Amino acid sequence: MSLQDPAEIFRLEARELLEAIEQGLLDLADRRDDRDLVDAVFRSLHTLKGSGAMFGMEALAAFTHHCETAFDRVRKGLAPATPELITCVLNARDHMRALVEGSPDPAAGDALLAELHRVLEAGDVVAATAAAPAVATTWRVRFSLPLDAMANGTNPLGLLAELRDLGDCRIVASTEAVPPIEDLNPTDCHLAWDVTLCGPKVSRSAIEDVFLFVMDDMVLAIEEEGADEAIADAAPPAAEPAAIVEPTAAASAAPPQGAPAAADARKADEPRKSDSTLRVPAERLDELMDRVGELVIAQSRLKQIATHSTDMALRSVSEEVERLASELRDTMMVVRMVPISTLFGRFRRLVHDLQRDTGKTIELTTEGETTELDKTIIERLADPLIHVIRNAADHGLETPEQRAAAGKPAAGKLTLAARHSGAEVVITVSDDGRGIDRERVRAKAEQNGLIQPGAVLTDAELLQLIFAPGFSTAAQVTNLSGRGVGMDVVKRTIESLRGAIDITSVPGQGSQVSLRIPLTLAIIDGLLVRVGNGRYVVPLAAVEECVELSHEQDVRSSGRSLISLREEFVPFLRLRELFRTKVAAGQHQKVVVVSTGEARVGLVVDQIIGDHQTVIKSLSKLHADVETFSGATILGDGGVALILDVPHLVDAGQRLEKQFRAAS
Amino acid sequence: MTDIQTAANDDGLQVLTFDVRGETFALEAGLVREILDLQSETEVPGAAPFVDAVMNFRGKVIPVADLRLAFGLGRADDTQDSRIVVIELELDGDPTLIGLRADRVHEVASLPLDALEPPPPIGMRWRQDYVSKIARRAGEPVVLPDLPRIFAERGAPVAAASALQPVS
Repeated sequence: MSLQDPAEIFRLEARELLEAIEQGLLDLADRRDDRDLVDAVFRSLHTLKGSGAMFGMEALAAFTHHCETAFDRVRKGLAPATPELITCVLNARDHMRALVEGSPDPAAGDALLAELHRVLEAGDVVAATAAAPAVATTWRVRFSLPLDAMANGTNPLGLLAELRDLGDCRIVASTEAVPPIEDLNPTDCHLAWDVTLCGPKVSRSAIEDVFLFVMDDMVLAIEEEGADEAIADAAPPAAEPAAIVEPTAAASAAPPQGAPAAADARKADEPRKSDSTLRVPAERLDELMDRVGELVIAQSRLKQIATHSTDMALRSVSEEVERLASELRDTMMVVRMVPISTLFGRFRRLVHDLQRDTGKTIELTTEGETTELDKTIIERLADPLIHVIRNAADHGLETPEQRAAAGKPAAGKLTLAARHSGAEVVITVSDDGRGIDRERVRAKAEQNGLIQPGAVLTDAELLQLIFAPGFSTAAQVTNLSGRGVGMDVVKRTIESLRGAIDITSVPGQGSQVSLRIPLTLAIIDGLLVRVGNGRYVVPLAAVEECVELSHEQDVRSSGRSLISLREEFVPFLRLRELFRTKVAAGQHQKVVVVSTGEARVGLVVDQIIGDHQTVIKSLSKLHADVETFSGATILGDGGVALILDVPHLVDAGQRLEKQFRAAS
Repeated sequence: MTDIQTAANDDGLQVLTFDVRGETFALEAGLVREILDLQSETEVPGAAPFVDAVMNFRGKVIPVADLRLAFGLGRADDTQDSRIVVIELELDGDPTLIGLRADRVHEVASLPLDALEPPPPIGMRWRQDYVSKIARRAGEPVVLPDLPRIFAERGAPVAAASALQPVS
């Protein structure tokens, strides 16, 4: 990290803060009275402003300042968190993001500020009438700072000054903890303070705000002493009041020369909360993953040598290395996994905006947010999912009036769900809207020349047309979707991740788009098989069982490619035929039964070689059209084995089965 | 190959020449990454015949292409002179390593720029768009293939049936 450009570090941090602000605002939209949320948003805004200024992003700091001020008012109860304010600050957040990324639209900033002020003033009227005349209350505040507070840049005098600003104030310093002069380290803070505070502006939260950025480490006690008590009557001063306070503070507190600005001090406090996590650039993880991959390949070479050796020591070392490499791989995978909630979180904002733009009421539910996926995959899923969600909101869901007419609740339901299924994660986006109009899809496809007029298509084939390039049924082009780009891009992106996309739809009841994504792009457990002279890897997580294809079955099944497994018929594919293998078949062919969770298919192979830690290497674009394989891997002897694309083969098996059922 | 970075200088175009079924081809030396002895290749069932295999090149899986098929020359048996020329080519914006089969690799040579001619519009037995330039060297033609074009077409040997006369 030390080599990185400081501005880049700032941008990383700012992006997280902006994310937190966005999430906070969206939560706030649902629970507008939640003070913790207001505080959290305020804190993030404040930190963003502070670090922005520190890194010389004056425009960002100045702009953020206005939003911070707005939230400060909300926090102090001077203004309510109205939906307008939240929307306004959300838009402002987008502008901050543009400022952070260095592509701001200056006009937008001014417009947003004007809007913000308008919203705030509107809110103030409410606040003015709502705010009851405050009763002066007396508070007793006792606090002490950690020893290293000053070394970290906290200035106790500043805190005291802020307290004084709140109202009438009597401050007494306790010198009890100050050690004898010979043991005294002048940079340590040994003092404690006892403050009696009285005034109409004082409230517990106002006092807490003073200590906002030091609160985590300090000792702080705030007591309410009762209303309208004169300061003189308050707690009897334990020592000489006032007079002793400032000199002592100044002498023993002696703020370090050139103490960092307050912003720095606050910064220094912030990261401490997350010191159990480490931020590492993604490229380093990728590099590490590559090394692990090379290690796994080297290990399989070692294993091969060891298996052919009689040296027991070599064999045992080889086994040990195999175990270690496998554990290292698993650890590495876990490091790269992030919960999908990081992705789902972003869509809450999207849905929020979509409600505004479409005038529809949308209820977003998410399920399975803890499902974990490789970080790289999560990043690449964002855009496709945005398209799918937009489509659902724009085309799928009806307007409240239409829904009422159809006897549905006014709020349209949009569900984002993620779950594991074998070696894949299935992400579904479902809505309870009008469903896909088959007739319109057909008409559009005919009009665009995608199908022949009157072509006979299955329902699934018809729905798949939606993914064809240049297809769009929206009668009007809206700024949300309907430009005819989108679903084909979605399909392409998902396929480039070696995933698949399915769509189901029931007219009048809604549609569901499922994305099936492999868990990782890096290393998987595989089953190495031989077909003819070629070796292939079947992802182990997809393998259900392996059975022998007996000679009778082989002969008997030649006409109908179905075998019976425990009372169930499973279609099977002879890989020899699929791959046009010229070498003669072995005596003992095996059937590897693979499944995608719902459907399964048997793959007839010549030999099962064994399990193999498979470092996935992608195939070049020259082989992008070969659907049977999802990638390749390097074997222990340096040869290359192709990795079978199970979902594709299962589909092929299903088609085969349908043909046979139709024929019989 | 690091010493040959500039494709063209005063001496002409630096190329690597190699034979494929008796024809001499030339590639800009800057494209060439490495020349390998034959290695075990893995057939990719279902792929276009022109790129029907992959191989392990320093831990990467790279496609192996056969110019013989793009030029309709038919496969030949491997000999001990057979080599794989690994080149790096940009495909749809991505730099991609590709192995090219060669029956025999000659040397890096310099082709004078004035010796380079556009392919004749007629009289070739190959797809004209597959040939970027033809040079004459020691009386023999040297073909500079248009690799981006060939790979974009997946090496389909026939576009228009113009199997007329060989050039020489």
